[in-house]
Formats: sequence, C-alpha cells, structure tokens
Amino acid sequence: MKVELQHIHKHFGPVHANDDVSLTVEAGTIHGLLGENGAGKSTLVKILSGFITRDSGVILLDGQPAHIQSPADALRYGIGMLHQDPLDFPPLTVVENFMAGSPFTPPILNPRAAEREFRQWCARFNFDIDPHAQVGDLTVGERQQLEIVRLLANGVGTLILDEPTTGISASQKTLLFQTLRRLADEGKSIIFVSHKLEDVEALCDRVTVMRRGQVAGELDLRPLHAGAQQASSHQPEIAGRIVELMFGRALAMPTKPPTRRDEVILSIEGLVLRSDRLEIRVDQLSLHRGEVVGIAGLEGSGQQLFLTACAGLEPPAAGSIHIAGRNLTHRPYADFLRAGVCYVPADRLREGLIAGLTIQEHVALRASGRGFFIDRAEVRAEAERAIAAFNIRGRPDTYVERLSGGNQQRTQLALLPAPLSVLVMEHPTRGLDIESTLWVWQQLIARCQQGTAILFASSDLDEIVQYSDRVIVFSGGRVSPAIPVAELDVELLGQMIGGRF
Amino acid sequence: MNSTIPSQTALPWLWRLPALVYRSGALIISLLLIGLIVLLSGASPVEVIGRMLVGAVSTPDQVGRVVATLSTLLLCAVGLVYTFNAGLYNLGVEGQVTFGAIATTFVLRLLYPEEATASLLPPPLTIALGVLAGALGGVLWGLLAGALHVYGRISEIFAGLGLNFAATGVAIYLIFGPWKRPGVASLSGTQPFDESLWLGTFGQTEATPVGLGLGLLALLITIVVMRNTYFGLRLRAVGKNQYAAHVLGVPARQQLLSAFLICGLFAGLAGAIQVVGVFHRLIPNISSNLGFLGLLVVMLVNFDPRWVLPVALFFSALNIGSLQLPLSLGLESSLAGVIQGLLVLFALIGRGLAQRYAAS
Repeated sequence: MKVELQHIHKHFGPVHANDDVSLTVEAGTIHGLLGENGAGKSTLVKILSGFITRDSGVILLDGQPAHIQSPADALRYGIGMLHQDPLDFPPLTVVENFMAGSPFTPPILNPRAAEREFRQWCARFNFDIDPHAQVGDLTVGERQQLEIVRLLANGVGTLILDEPTTGISASQKTLLFQTLRRLADEGKSIIFVSHKLEDVEALCDRVTVMRRGQVAGELDLRPLHAGAQQASSHQPEIAGRIVELMFGRALAMPTKPPTRRDEVILSIEGLVLRSDRLEIRVDQLSLHRGEVVGIAGLEGSGQQLFLTACAGLEPPAAGSIHIAGRNLTHRPYADFLRAGVCYVPADRLREGLIAGLTIQEHVALRASGRGFFIDRAEVRAEAERAIAAFNIRGRPDTYVERLSGGNQQRTQLALLPAPLSVLVMEHPTRGLDIESTLWVWQQLIARCQQGTAILFASSDLDEIVQYSDRVIVFSGGRVSPAIPVAELDVELLGQMIGGRF
Repeated sequence: MNSTIPSQTALPWLWRLPALVYRSGALIISLLLIGLIVLLSGASPVEVIGRMLVGAVSTPDQVGRVVATLSTLLLCAVGLVYTFNAGLYNLGVEGQVTFGAIATTFVLRLLYPEEATASLLPPPLTIALGVLAGALGGVLWGLLAGALHVYGRISEIFAGLGLNFAATGVAIYLIFGPWKRPGVASLSGTQPFDESLWLGTFGQTEATPVGLGLGLLALLITIVVMRNTYFGLRLRAVGKNQYAAHVLGVPARQQLLSAFLICGLFAGLAGAIQVVGVFHRLIPNISSNLGFLGLLVVMLVNFDPRWVLPVALFFSALNIGSLQLPLSLGLESSLAGVIQGLLVLFALIGRGLAQRYAAS
C-alpha cells in the first residue's frame, strides 16, 4: 500500500511537534525514519497509526484520502504499528493475544481455528512460538513476532515499526529483517523508525531524516545494497550525510570551567543491569570529584536504569559500585544517601517531590531524624533561607504542585544536602526557560567546585557538550566508553548515537 | 481536515467552580437524597431527625450507650487515621478488633478459670492485663496484614478482608468449641465473666470512663503526632507518594508497617473494651461493625484527626437514636446506616469532583 502524508501539522501546547511534514512511502519498499530525541518521528507515525490526531494535513492511502481518528480506524485501513514497548497482554496466552483486537473477531471465538491460523503464519516466516505459552514469559523478540503475525492476520498493508531492534537478539534481528524484506517484496510498505544507522543502512530502501519537527532531507539507500563490494565504498559517505541531516549544526562550545580533582569518588566495574526489555553492561567507569559526565543517546536506551543503579535505587544483576573507595554494591539505598549520593529525577512531581506537601514540609522531611517533634519555627526559617538562596517563587507553605516547573527544579536543588559526593540527575533542565537553565547549571558548577561529581543524562546535546567533562553515549542498551568533550564533534557524536562505537 | 480529541483537562467553563461549591453541593444533595428516602418509606424527614436525636439523649441509659459506642468508634477511627494517611485502605480493622477481643478473653479466662470463684490476681490487674493482651492481639493481626501487603505485595484491602474472615472464624470456633458455655453452645457468646472483671461504668449506664478515656487520649496523641512530629510527616509523605518519599530518604516499608502496627494497637484496644466494658464476654460480632463505621468517619473528615471527634459523636448518636425508629415510627433502624453511607459517599464524590475540576 502506498502511503502519502501531506503537510501534517501537530502542536502539543507551545511545541510544534510536526511542522508541515510530508512523506511518501511507496508500496513494496522499506522506508527508514531517523531523527534525534524530539525530532517528531514518533508523533508522525502515531498520527498515521491513529494514536494521536493531527491538527491539519492529509493522509492518502493508494491515492485515496483516509480518515484516521483512532487505532481501530488505522487497522481498518490496513495500517498496523509495532510499538517499542510491546502493546500486548502479558497474562494471556499467545493464541488469546493473537485473537485479541481484531476488527473481524466473531462474537463466539474459535480458539482451535485461531491456533491453526497462527501456526500457519509462524511456519511462513520461520517463527517458533508456542501458541499456548503465556506472553509474559516470551522474549521481547518473540513478542514482536507475535505482534507482526497478529497484524498481518488482520490484513495490514502498511507496517510501522518503532525502534524494533532494541532488546532483541542478533538471530531474532536477522529473522526480523528477512521477514520485513519478504513483506516488502509482497507489496506491503514498511516504515522503520530507528536511530541505529547500521540497521537503517542494512535494511531500508529510502530514509527520511527529521529534525525539530520538520523533514531535514531524504536519501536513497539502494546504492548501498546494489553490490556488496561497492557498498563499502559508499557507506561512509552516505552515513556522513545522514548524520549531517540529523544534527545539521555545529555543537555548542564547551563552557564548563575545570573543576575536576584527582580523587576518584565513584567507580563502577563490570556492571550488568537488567530490566524486562534491556540489558546494559558498563565495563568500567570512574568519576572524579568535581567532574561532570553527561550521558547522551536516544531516550529509553537504558539511561534511567543506569542512573537509578548508580544512585542505589536499583540493584545491579552483576558488577560492583564503589563510592569513595567503599563497596556499596547491593547495599540499601540509605547507605548511598549516607555516602552522599543523591538522585534528582526528571519527573519532578512523580518521583522527586511529593504533591500535597508544602516546601517547608519537604525541608522538614529532609531534616527528618533530628528528633521526634518538629520545631516549626526552625523549619520555617530554614525553608525561608532556602527560598531566598535558590530564588524560588513561592512561600514556605506553598504546595509544591502549585510551583512552576522551574521553581520545582529549584526546590529539588534546594533540598539537596551539603556536602554531596555524587549527584545523579536525569534531564536537569527539561522544560525550563533559558534563564532558569543557566541558573541551575551555575548552582551545579558551584557544587562541582566543592568537590561533587555529577552524572547526568539529557536529550539536549548542547547541554551535554556545554557542561560535561566527558560524555558517554547509550544506544539501544549498548554503552560507549567515556570520551573527553574536547575530542567530540557532531560527526562522532552522531555516529555514536547511531550505535557505532 | 481539522480534528482534535478533547483532553481531559479541557472542560467547559461551566464546570470550573470553586472547590467549596462542589463540596457543599455534594453535602446538600446527600441530605436531599436522605430526605427523599425517608419520604419514600412513608415518614417525615423532620420527624425522623427529631426522633433520632431524642432517641439518642432522652434517657441516661441512651446517653450511656452513645458514649460507649463513641469510645470504641474513636479508637477504631484514630487507628485508621494512621493507615489512611499512609495511603492504606485498612479494611482489616474489623479483624483487628475481633482478634483483640479474642486475646482479651483468652487472658481473662486464663486468670479467672471457669471453675474458680475469684480471679487469680487482683481484678484491676487482671483487667489491665486483659486490655494489654487485646492491644497485642490487634497488633499481631495488624502486622499480619502489613506483612502480607509490604512483603507479599498483596493489596491491603484483600489482605484485610481475608484476615477479617479468619478472625471471625476463630471467634466462632472458640465460642462453639473450646470456650462454649457449660452445657449449651450458642451464638449469644461465651459464659459472661464474673462482675469483678467488668469495667466500672458511669452510674447504671453502659459507658465506661476507662473506654472513653482511652478513646480521647488516643485521639489527642494522634492529633499531636500527625501535626507536630517527623513520624507523622513521614507517614503523610509515604501516603502521598511512596516512590518520591523513598527517593527523599524516607524508609517507606518501615513507615507502612508502623501504620499497620499502630492501627492494630488501637483496634485491639477497641476489641478489649468491647469485651470488658460492653459485652462482658466474647460474642461472634464483637466489633458491632464499629471498625467499618470508623472507616466512614475517617473518610468523611478527609483523614484529618482534628475532626474525628464531632463526626464520631454524630455517627454514634445516629446509631443509638435509630434504635428508637422501629418503635416510634415503624421504620427500620438500618436507616442510620443508609444516612451514614450516603453522607460519606457524597463527601467522596464532592472531593473527587473538586480535585478534578475546581478552578485553582
């Protein structure tokens, strides 16, 4: 099925997530969609698959306008989407999942017929899934195969895949690519959303690169596949052009003053972290007092897992974490706090602050353990000092959920104890205006001058380059070595985010 | 083509009223509904209210029963203040009352065996030990629910309900088995204790100074703890956002278990008072459902202990006053339950609407 998106616009509040985006995917082709965090590629495919509705623009399917308002609409038009986190029902069996969500399901189910059909589909693509297994017990790759089969059985002519190669094994990836190529050869159109240059180059016929809500450019990748010998000569050139289109600008200049001291404060050896979707390995990382290490990479590549493990909130599957020479692996979170490790999460109101409590109650909570009774006058005075020092627009008895995002972040910083050995931060300035961003980093650099090491993840490359001493890149569960910021340029960073290191 | 899905927060201006309007509106609607129900059952609402009030205060005996109910209700409600503030719906409070009563009965029977003619220890000491045992029994049952919730990851609602059935089962087994009355076993309970083991009362009424004193003392302590201590603040922090509280360094598990423990303690005391002050024996429904009523009281006051006393007093008066309805107006005494339930239901609806829609 030929898919044409014309002049798509989508706003989320003040953010123009899709700004006049046009894209044509020919039937029988695999079309890559690339872009860094917030480029708008997820928004675009969610519009096509009916998860969000566009503000304006036209969708043509085989030349006919389509009215897609919901995922069910999209499925009726033959558009199916495979999400990064599988949207299936883990407590149900494979066959039950296979039957679920079809617009054609008869009122009385026939599990036997469904099982027979499911086996036929699996045989066709060499998938090996037990129809009676519980979906929660399958690997991410198998759940992906199940979802592909389910969508095909529902008659989709266009398949959208969002970051499908994250968390699956090499053999599953090979099988997935074979399957997608075969579906394209049968005349279906495939939209492949990814940030991994290698995967896009190996699989896609064409690639569209998005940047800041707009289409930055489109490239024909078929010369890469024309002949294996020629491919090697074309590859660097085309990869270079993709990176140029993705970032398309010079990075900001590093502005951080040198604050690094010789003493190592955090050291990590052979760390292995597992979630249900990812496995991350960090062989070796040492943070020095006063040093800032920034983590770049597409969101959801395991940064949060790593940060929470460093803060002692998530136990590692293997490996060790030392703080100031003390082994804190598998020690309770309270020991990390005592060692001066603090975590500042990105979701300020869900993870960092407690909605329903006031600023002074937060101050008191941090001081908890001083005795049994709260000295109200003292806590209030302390809250007033913090409000003045951190320039928070609020009063001691203001509820934190009434504060603006910037003031919530100032409150989080005001609550940090001093002295602090390691500060672990997730998106330290997300959603803040320029003034607040500069102010936050002023405070953080001041902490570094007192000897605090900072480990932070951000989706803003400029922020990472401006304020880090060294940079780590996460790409689909893989972790790069830490690179001094002086050795970085857009090309290298782009390649690393694309999974080449 | 232009199309947008309206978001949940985008509401017609009509809905954006001050929070007070939602809350008082809900109260007025619930009162109207109560009036309507009374009218449908063939009585005048004004007359019913009048009779209920008269029924609660017309004789010293009735006032005594209101105070006795209030004592037990206060202990249950005060305990629930801790669990509610920790974000827990501790429906197991009934079982904690029952198991407290069982523990009290056990100790009293131990110290005053059936064949004996006097308590082995001085009666006041025996009573004190019985009450202490009741508190420990409640703690045990509360911690059991807490352990199931914190370590077994079972919803505290199901853990509590399950333990309620278990406690009632144990009580009925004891009443019909090992602790049955000489000769006949019956639903009316175990053999009443010797009068020397009864709590002293205000005159000839059911109300006991000890019960009322314990209830008021518990309330006072709780108001101070929730408002002025780090423990109370940590409890509220955990209740409002367990993960954020954990990140900020509050030991969440410890706080949750403490809440279960304290609630069990007060509920167990309530069970002990029901045994030594009200029924003077163990009966199957020893809690008189005052644990559940305590849930309603605390929900109605939005978990703030400062308002527990007036509401608990009002509900106790409704409970006792409604007992006169069958005699005077030919109405079911369960009307009190309908009134209490509707008030709480609409208070919750009003609060929910205010939170969701009210203009800030």
